[in-house]
Amino acid sequence: MATHLSAAPIRPRHKRVLPGLSLSLGTSLLFISLILLLPMTGLIMQSVDMGWARYWEVISDERVVASYKVTLWAALIASVFNGFFGLLLAWVLVRYDFWGRRILDALVDLPFALPTAVAGITLATLYAQNGWYGDILSSLGLKIAYTPWGIVLAMAFTSIPFVVRTVQPVLEELSPEEEEAGMTLGASDWSVFRRVIFPALWPALMTGIALSFTRSLGEFGAVIFIAGNMPYVSEITSLMIFVSLQEFDFPAASAIASVVLMASLILLFAINIWQARYLRRLHGRN
Amino acid sequence: MSSKKQASSQLRVGDNPLVKWLLVGLTLFLTAILLVVPLIAIFQQAFVEGAAHYFNSLLEADTLHAIGLTLLVAALTVPVNLVFGVMLAWSVTRFEFPGRKLLMTLMDIPFAVSPVVAGLLYLLLYGNNGWIGAWLYEQDIQLMFAWPGIVMVTVFVTCPFVARELIPLMQQQGREDEEAAVILGASGWQLFRRVTLPNIKWALIYGVILTNARAVGEFGAVSVVSGNIRGETNTLPLHVQLQYEDYQAAAAFASASLLAFIALLTLLFKAFIEWRQERQEATL
Repeated sequence: MATHLSAAPIRPRHKRVLPGLSLSLGTSLLFISLILLLPMTGLIMQSVDMGWARYWEVISDERVVASYKVTLWAALIASVFNGFFGLLLAWVLVRYDFWGRRILDALVDLPFALPTAVAGITLATLYAQNGWYGDILSSLGLKIAYTPWGIVLAMAFTSIPFVVRTVQPVLEELSPEEEEAGMTLGASDWSVFRRVIFPALWPALMTGIALSFTRSLGEFGAVIFIAGNMPYVSEITSLMIFVSLQEFDFPAASAIASVVLMASLILLFAINIWQARYLRRLHGRN
Repeated sequence: MSSKKQASSQLRVGDNPLVKWLLVGLTLFLTAILLVVPLIAIFQQAFVEGAAHYFNSLLEADTLHAIGLTLLVAALTVPVNLVFGVMLAWSVTRFEFPGRKLLMTLMDIPFAVSPVVAGLLYLLLYGNNGWIGAWLYEQDIQLMFAWPGIVMVTVFVTCPFVARELIPLMQQQGREDEEAAVILGASGWQLFRRVTLPNIKWALIYGVILTNARAVGEFGAVSVVSGNIRGETNTLPLHVQLQYEDYQAAAAFASASLLAFIALLTLLFKAFIEWRQERQEATL
């Protein structure tokens, strides 16, 4: 979804004949300023108003710091899992023909289309002790719902499509020559995969994992139902913002939100710069 | 996505039937556990107390109100983001200007920002303590904890989807067709309607459907600005939460099944577009 993988072919500069630059660009800029940028002023003003000492006190509060750790760890585990599962899905969808391939391809997008609250109550019900999965897991002595693992599960579920959809197009466009050469020379499947295919895929794979990680950091709806939301143990940072709001502590909510917002903006810019660089390399080589 | 049939008889990595079926089997197994069973569970849980209970809980006044509000939010959000998406896609794919890349990155902000933070941003600005909100309060206009606030955050959260679907396609198609039309004397509107629109029609429709699915299902941002007033500012996803936390699980899943149904239609439509594209490519 959030990828720039089909980059514009490089074309010679020529005279502009198409109409609508000022209309379309004007509308876009106005929209982005009003809808996306203007609302940030409120947060900045609120955070500046509260003063540095109070700001630091809020964002370094023990319970809040515990929530950063839980959120970061859970997002990391979820996105690494999706790295493996997404690569597997993309590979199977591109390389093999089998009954139900098209259904599988469509199903991959389910987590994007399904409202997060619906995902949340469903996962919580399935993994609760009397649920279909919870029942099996508890007989094995495992517990996922209402523990930090529930957070990992919900984050993994909601971000499954990212890796698949970034890796899939690259895998489709991979030219077979090098691979066939390797196979003809008698190299094993695994070593050709490792030396020829994986190097071509890994930038896309990393992008997908990074997108999945970013999305997981911000996930709220799916997580809160299954997390159990125990202070210091299974509270995510978005929930801390929400809790402060329910206590009408706007300064505290703003302070925590400013940390989350900065982290996501830094990640967003980093991913986009990284993507632009590897796309240039990709197209320079071809 | 097209799977490329190989013309050559050369072996490629993973062509070994054992490897193939191992990987396909593992994928199907994981997909069944992670995606298919949860999807079935939604409908199973919705009907767990029988069909009569299912329909009765959907026909409750509060549920009907939540459905109506959700439809209103989607009906207002989608056209706004449709216009924005087309404008943005046109400007970044048809022209080169400084800051073009930055504009495309800014467009992605809603993807990266936590929905709770998005809701908070709007609450701080338009709530009674915000610098715009305080002025609105004097004019007796209430946006937050009311439906306009819900529409505003939904517009924020779903604004990239149409543009995201259009930009890669329009970049790939290039501008030659449109330039030819202009040289032949087409006006701006004629150009868009007769040349651009037919080319981007399906991506545009999918963008709209995706925007709709997300607008209908937004939870975090809406829950910050809605105030959760039952029967007044509860959208369907918030209503699902309310019922679920009220120990009315079957009713919560009944409401959830409507949302899941919209999600399924969205996936079906996407599959249809891709099937159509593949056929088109095959006949060329």
